[in-house]
Amino acid sequence: MLSVLVFLPVVVAAALLAPSVPDRVARIVFVATAAVEVALAGAVWAAYDDPGPGALALEEQVPWIPGVGSSYHVGVDGLSLPLVLMTTVVFLACAVFAAREQERPRLQAALFLFLEAVSLGLFVSADLILFFVFFDLSIVAMYFSISGWGHGNAARSALRFFLYTFLGSLALLLGFVGLYVASSPHTFDMLELAAEPPLQGTGATGALVLGAILLGLAVKTPTFPFHTWLPPAHSDAPAIGSAVLAAVLLKMGTYGFVRFGMTMLPDAWRAWAPVLVAVGIVSVVWGALVALAQTDLKRMIAYTSVNHMGYVVLAVGAAGLVSSGADDARAVAVTGAVTQMVSHGLLTAALFLLAGVMFDRRADYGLGEYGGLAGPAPRYTALFAVAAFGSLGLPGLSGFVAEFQVFAGSIATAPVAAVATVGILLTAALFLRAFQRVFTGPTAGLAHGFPDVTAREWAPVAGLLLLSVLIGVLPRPLLDLIEPAAVAAAALVSR
Amino acid sequence: MGADLLAMLPELLLLLGALCALVAGSYSPQHAQWRVRWAAAVAVLGSLVAAVVGLAGEPGTAFEGTVALDTATGVARVTVALALLLLLALAGDEVAGHPRESEIVTLLLLAGLGTLLLASATDLALLVVAFLLSSIPLYGLVGIVRRPGSAEATLKTYLLGALFGITLMLGVAVLFGLAGGTAYDDLSGLADASPAAVTAGGLFVLGGLLFKAGAVPAHFWVPDATQGASVTAAGFLTTVPKLGALVAVARLLTHLPDPAGWTVLLGVLAVASMTVGNLAALAQDDVRRLLGWSTVSQVGYLLAAAAVVPSSDLALPALLVYLPAYTVTNLAAFAALGAEPDRHSVTDWAGVGRTRPGVVGGLAVSLLGLVGTPPTAVFVAKLLTIAATWDAGAWWLAVALVGNTLISLAYYLRWLAPAVRREQPSATETDGTRHTAARVAVAAAAGALVLGLAAGPLWLVVTG
Repeated sequence: MLSVLVFLPVVVAAALLAPSVPDRVARIVFVATAAVEVALAGAVWAAYDDPGPGALALEEQVPWIPGVGSSYHVGVDGLSLPLVLMTTVVFLACAVFAAREQERPRLQAALFLFLEAVSLGLFVSADLILFFVFFDLSIVAMYFSISGWGHGNAARSALRFFLYTFLGSLALLLGFVGLYVASSPHTFDMLELAAEPPLQGTGATGALVLGAILLGLAVKTPTFPFHTWLPPAHSDAPAIGSAVLAAVLLKMGTYGFVRFGMTMLPDAWRAWAPVLVAVGIVSVVWGALVALAQTDLKRMIAYTSVNHMGYVVLAVGAAGLVSSGADDARAVAVTGAVTQMVSHGLLTAALFLLAGVMFDRRADYGLGEYGGLAGPAPRYTALFAVAAFGSLGLPGLSGFVAEFQVFAGSIATAPVAAVATVGILLTAALFLRAFQRVFTGPTAGLAHGFPDVTAREWAPVAGLLLLSVLIGVLPRPLLDLIEPAAVAAAALVSR
Repeated sequence: MGADLLAMLPELLLLLGALCALVAGSYSPQHAQWRVRWAAAVAVLGSLVAAVVGLAGEPGTAFEGTVALDTATGVARVTVALALLLLLALAGDEVAGHPRESEIVTLLLLAGLGTLLLASATDLALLVVAFLLSSIPLYGLVGIVRRPGSAEATLKTYLLGALFGITLMLGVAVLFGLAGGTAYDDLSGLADASPAAVTAGGLFVLGGLLFKAGAVPAHFWVPDATQGASVTAAGFLTTVPKLGALVAVARLLTHLPDPAGWTVLLGVLAVASMTVGNLAALAQDDVRRLLGWSTVSQVGYLLAAAAVVPSSDLALPALLVYLPAYTVTNLAAFAALGAEPDRHSVTDWAGVGRTRPGVVGGLAVSLLGLVGTPPTAVFVAKLLTIAATWDAGAWWLAVALVGNTLISLAYYLRWLAPAVRREQPSATETDGTRHTAARVAVAAAAGALVLGLAAGPLWLVVTG
């Protein structure tokens, strides 16, 4: 079932490569496939039964390179399934949003379906090499998306994105090989590595291997100080490229923290935990401060991603402070981290799609170029307001549920985490300021005659926001999914 | 003797094919030279079949232990035969109707034969013969199609080849004198000899092999020859001789005393190859020269696997996976060059993806494959190599390999990115008949993907 979920988009993408497929058909196929994927992911959720610690549900395993103990091994648990669901939803939103794409829609549909398959494959991987394969392919696909459909200085931004994240992936690979060489018998299987973590009690070696892995993930996430590729990549990427980049690709980094750092190198993780907490706090505050200084809407949203991913890093770092934190506080932090990944995915995708609407109309993201947009575009304003409030952590939306748990867990473990609450304040300030400049007051600048959103534009955004509200009001189903896995992960760190 | 000859059937068929091509070429009219190519292809195909059969058989030796018939030999035979088939197809576009067509085919097969001997030799004397047999046709191949720079390239290749041929012979003489025999098994006698003399002898022999591999410090001919020769010859010289040389290095290394020291030495040379090749490729604008330097860096990765053969069980399988993986991937890039022979600089390739999606698709898979992007074959090979070097305790080699991979991405993308961009391609007078080369590019690129996805079965083959 998981294999169908992963490989269906690849098959469709391959079919779309045939030049004889008309553009109109390609657009419909894109939306239809993305919808089927949502349904399939829903079916996976329905069939999902919590597998308990150290196991995966809906497992499939086929040997791939038996010589090095690497196999095609997939499965889901409470950490990965929420991200799988979020990924399919985001791609469906993007597919609908791209239904008017004029620029080579057939190839774009093929590329994004390929990207969807790669993203889903990454989240369900239970083998380090399989994970790495999808990790690298996601970089290649996103590179082509930015360089092929971007605007502005797209080629340069795409190259920077590629080089930077490729560097990260290579560091990751070194870390994986380190794990492999240290394990006995040699294996790349995540479950086996988590069951018997290698490099326990080896001090520097374990710390170095985890350091390589953390570097790889930190570049992808991105955390301070490895975030400099993100703003140019976002500002020059097409709207749906930005949405997928922020909503799905960034999660590959944070997911990796929870998936292999904590469970496979618990000793080293505890050693690194203070660093992670510090990096998390700095990312939160720095990301918010720099976002506050932006005059370009898309760059601003990009920097809030650095801020939001900072919360995740803070939480997973706090989860490693075993000596000072109660087990349940650390588990709450991990739950908050995973919830934040889902929440950020939904909200940022919505924000980037809205930024895309702005660019489609006026080809300008400058906050100062607009004024009083609420007059000509009330529906656009309403959607933007909900997304912005969600992003700054207003209760009733998913961001609050996530950030509340992150802080509850982290501050209980490391009181210094309270510093990061400044980030919330700054985010609130920057969103309100941006909102005020662009939407309120008399209509001015490029806002004159700004056409309001069409159904094709507001429907996907509204869908994403609706889910965010749903999680904000009724978080139980999602939390029930995440909590057992988070408790297990928090317990594994303390080995 | 009869059994020995039968065991060497793949090599014999290549020899037979070369002789037939030479004779038939002399008796065929200019317009019917294609027959020669087809006859040669049949011989190579026969060699391939014999090689596969041989690979399935029991390992052994032939001709009184001077030739090893093991998995490494088998993989080299299959890889060389596949490479020759692809190159013959490539030659169909490029040198069809050339006055020296049949000679080119003959030289290809003879040089391939020399490479096979290089890969299977377990005797220093045979190693010298194999070196000469694989080198002399190569000089001819580089210069036989007159292009700008081909004369200089030939001269450079010849002079360097002669120099390193002499060092090889000198080294063999030294080792023979110290060990009292030329068979690799006799080299155990080196343990009592003066370490300085053994080091000198080993260095001289390795120097010759590094020339064939195109690795630092004997790499200077590679970029010139790649740029100056025909695409067929360039594809050959950057691929096939390396196969034999690297297997020969791995074999020799396991028989020399103090393998740890040799591992460090070769490891350093491997890092030098990767780094020099990559840094030089960064500055290139001519795509052929860029590919030439890229092969210098690629051979560094392969050499890293060969260097740790004595100290890791993973290393030899890693090398044997790397050989076919590199071969198909590299040949896909050269086939793409062959399909668009008039596009010389990186900027000439801008927007070609619009008009020739197949060629650029093959090129994309090939270049990303050379970087080591999963799931292509080179990724699997590189992964195994990293694991093997780390496993052998040479973690610095693994780090250097990874760092160099990042550098290489920059110049591959510099070529690939404009090619897939939206703009209209510059008009170059392409006759538009190079369809075979385009098909070879696509087929080889598909091969690189399939080999990566089918890494499991491949692993079973290379581990015997």
